Amino acid sequence: MSYTFLQHYWWFLISLLGALLVFLLFVQGANTLIFELGKTPEERRLVINSTGRKWEFTFTTLVTFGGAFFAAFPLFYSTSFGGAYWLWMIILFSFVIQAVSYEFQNKLGNFLGARTFQVCLIINGIVGPLLLGGAVATFFDGSNFIVDKAHVTALSQPVISHWANASCGLDALLDPWNVVLGVAVLFLARILGLLYMRNNIDETTLRERCRRKLLPNTVLFLVFFLAFFVRLLVKDGYAYDSSTGVVSMAAGKYLANLLTMWPLAVVLLFGVAALLYGILRTWLKADYARGIWPAGIGTVLVVLVLFLIAGWNATAYYPSNADLQSSLTIANSSSSLFTLKTMFYVSLLIPLVLAYIAYCWHAMDHKKLTVEEVKDEESEAY
Amino acid sequence: MTNLLLDISTGTVDWARAQFALTAIYHWLFVPLTLGLALIMGIVETCYYRTGKAFWKEAARFWQRLFGVNFAMGVATGIILEFEFGTNWSNYSWMVGDIFGAPLAIEGIVAFFMESTFVAVMFFGWNKVSRGFHLASTWLTGLGATISAWWILVANAWMQYPIGQEFNPDTMRFEMTSFANVALSPFAVDKFCHTVTTSWIIGAAFTVAVSAWYLLKQRNTQLARQSIKIGAIVGLVATLLGALTGDNSAYMVAQTQPMKLAAMEGLYNGGTHQGLSVVALPGPFSQPDYENDVEPPYRIAVPNMLSILATHHADGYVPGVNDLLSGFTRPDGSKEPSAREKMTRGRRAIANLAQYRQLMTAAKTGKGDTAAAKAQAQKILPQLKADMPYFGYGYIKDVHHLVPNIPISFFAFRTMVGIGCLFILFFLVVLHYIYRLDISKPRWLLIAAIVMLPLAYIGSEAGWVVAEVGRQPWTIQDMLPVGAAVSGVSSGSIATTFFVFLFLFTTMLAVEISILCKQIKNYNFE
Repeated sequence: MSYTFLQHYWWFLISLLGALLVFLLFVQGANTLIFELGKTPEERRLVINSTGRKWEFTFTTLVTFGGAFFAAFPLFYSTSFGGAYWLWMIILFSFVIQAVSYEFQNKLGNFLGARTFQVCLIINGIVGPLLLGGAVATFFDGSNFIVDKAHVTALSQPVISHWANASCGLDALLDPWNVVLGVAVLFLARILGLLYMRNNIDETTLRERCRRKLLPNTVLFLVFFLAFFVRLLVKDGYAYDSSTGVVSMAAGKYLANLLTMWPLAVVLLFGVAALLYGILRTWLKADYARGIWPAGIGTVLVVLVLFLIAGWNATAYYPSNADLQSSLTIANSSSSLFTLKTMFYVSLLIPLVLAYIAYCWHAMDHKKLTVEEVKDEESEAY
Repeated sequence: MTNLLLDISTGTVDWARAQFALTAIYHWLFVPLTLGLALIMGIVETCYYRTGKAFWKEAARFWQRLFGVNFAMGVATGIILEFEFGTNWSNYSWMVGDIFGAPLAIEGIVAFFMESTFVAVMFFGWNKVSRGFHLASTWLTGLGATISAWWILVANAWMQYPIGQEFNPDTMRFEMTSFANVALSPFAVDKFCHTVTTSWIIGAAFTVAVSAWYLLKQRNTQLARQSIKIGAIVGLVATLLGALTGDNSAYMVAQTQPMKLAAMEGLYNGGTHQGLSVVALPGPFSQPDYENDVEPPYRIAVPNMLSILATHHADGYVPGVNDLLSGFTRPDGSKEPSAREKMTRGRRAIANLAQYRQLMTAAKTGKGDTAAAKAQAQKILPQLKADMPYFGYGYIKDVHHLVPNIPISFFAFRTMVGIGCLFILFFLVVLHYIYRLDISKPRWLLIAAIVMLPLAYIGSEAGWVVAEVGRQPWTIQDMLPVGAAVSGVSSGSIATTFFVFLFLFTTMLAVEISILCKQIKNYNFE
């Protein structure tokens, strides 16, 4: 296994984790709909209990995404988290308040009231996808940081990476295209949330309400996503020379990446088709409830390809607009050959992990969630 | 004497340290109960699986409900810790990310998914999966939490005893050379054993306290009698294992972090036949006058005990703070350089590294005589390699910065050990009443069981205070001090997030305690 192969392999795994994370944001998307879908306290409990059995996967995937980035590309971990401080902190705060909201809200002794924690779930539902989408968009639009490893030898201030302005990462939200992708991810999360609940909840009124909400969310998602995607295909990208490491701007870089790595273009088209098929079939057929599967698979494929064209084919995946040569590539930001190789063997456990997750989900979800189950004290419902 | 309160700065480093301390202390309020209660509820559910009696099923569900409330808080406070390495310690993330990132990633892949998958089956799967599958899920939830502890403690142990790595001057960072040395270091093995077994004490103390409350109120007595028995047995085994692994921890610290041991004991001038202070009263807010060897007042020591603890020999040599600062000769004749010499060599390493980088950059960009630059750079490497063990000392400005906070280390160590010993006695007394007398009768013991619960937490937190305060100023022992590990973020940003966390976690903790109390109070065993 060569160093280059392992760097590409680990970028693939990061991309896969990122793609799975975006898919699992259906939890957040559904939570933004608590009050829109749940007209009665009973219905709201159904929504919360439906996502309440999956939220830990989203959370764990986010943590593993961070851990994998740390292990495989530590310079990204150092530069982005230490630089875009406030952007990441706001994301983290929203996930902290989410983590207790399920368990606490309907328990006796919760002196803050159920509504407080429902609002926390909604805050996380909006802020999580919006800012995570915005953060991913910076992979294509660039950020403002400077990396200089020579600072290690500066005794007074040996910090190697700095944000080039005082915004600590919030400047990402001043670039409208980052916001556009953030909004697209938010509406995608809502679509996936609707499809998931339609599949997971056995309650006719709520299911029908999910179906009706699909269309407006899909229209808004398509407007924002297509705007970002079309612009991505025509914009300049951040390329680097594999032999010297020098970063330069290249016209139509991301379109060129899709054409050069054409199987990715095929996967992307398949992913878009699967996502739209899942949405449209659910919308058109009143008795179809399995739309989350094609839409979910489609989402994973689309996001996977977006991540891959950001980092493969000699592309700087975390570009710097403040200092182009500070841009991070999978070559200049990765761990050593030894570590990547060691972690390669660890990554062979991932199929086993996916297998037991699938087995447990199947065991738990073959009976759909009903009002009776939520009311039943034996069920330990939230 | 330095006033330690006045010595705290308002700069980024101290705010970053304060924030990490705050989040770690909060996180550690929930993790040991998760680990301990996982064992208790696993045992209880196994009783149900083997006997098929409804009593055990109901008992398992009761403890699992309490586990669930606590588990959520552990998750909420844990996510911050992982990302804080990046947000607050970005230089650290680059300098040692090649080694430190791996255990964190493995923790996510191997442990967190196991926990999050099976915890959902455990809570919601009673009527959906078979009894065997459910029992397996309960144990796998605990196993996931324990594996998670393994990997995060491997990471922590590596910071205290950094082996299996070397510095790469081309990438300007430390890189892993042996995964086995990192993952199976004796420091990590001991740290894991000590941390997990002492976490079981908290699970046991919690079970005993809740059961004692029911016995005092004469409610749910069958649940209480069975649970207190399991809790006390687990507690006694855990305290004994904790004492055994704790003894080994002190031995490991003596070998690898002698300054930490000297601070824990308040030992200023070392030697052979050193005694262990049982009682002493150093000023809590000021660094003692160790240079003049002013002994703490009211000191009562057990002769030779520190030597036995540190070397396993009554006449073993233990260096004190001044020996470590001024250098000393070990009984085997080997010399430990003085702190000033280490600082000089550290600065030389940093200067040589700067020169090496300049030469290699010149060679890479093709300016001037490339071959000569490369050759000159290669000449620097042997000296750089020889000075590398003292690299971190190059960033230290004053030798006294190498001495951790002595009063905190001293008192925290005694708090941890004292409470640990008290728990051995406590669980023995409880078991005596369970098996020989009647546990529901002595009100004093039942009240003591409730009072002991916060003590268990204090003891556990004190253990972490010893481990983390005692290793200052190092994030990585001898390699990277806190000042060189921090991010380039303003102190104002970190101070703001510090108070946000403080507010958030305190509010959440208050809600959690309120919910736990209500659940225990309102519960009626069917």
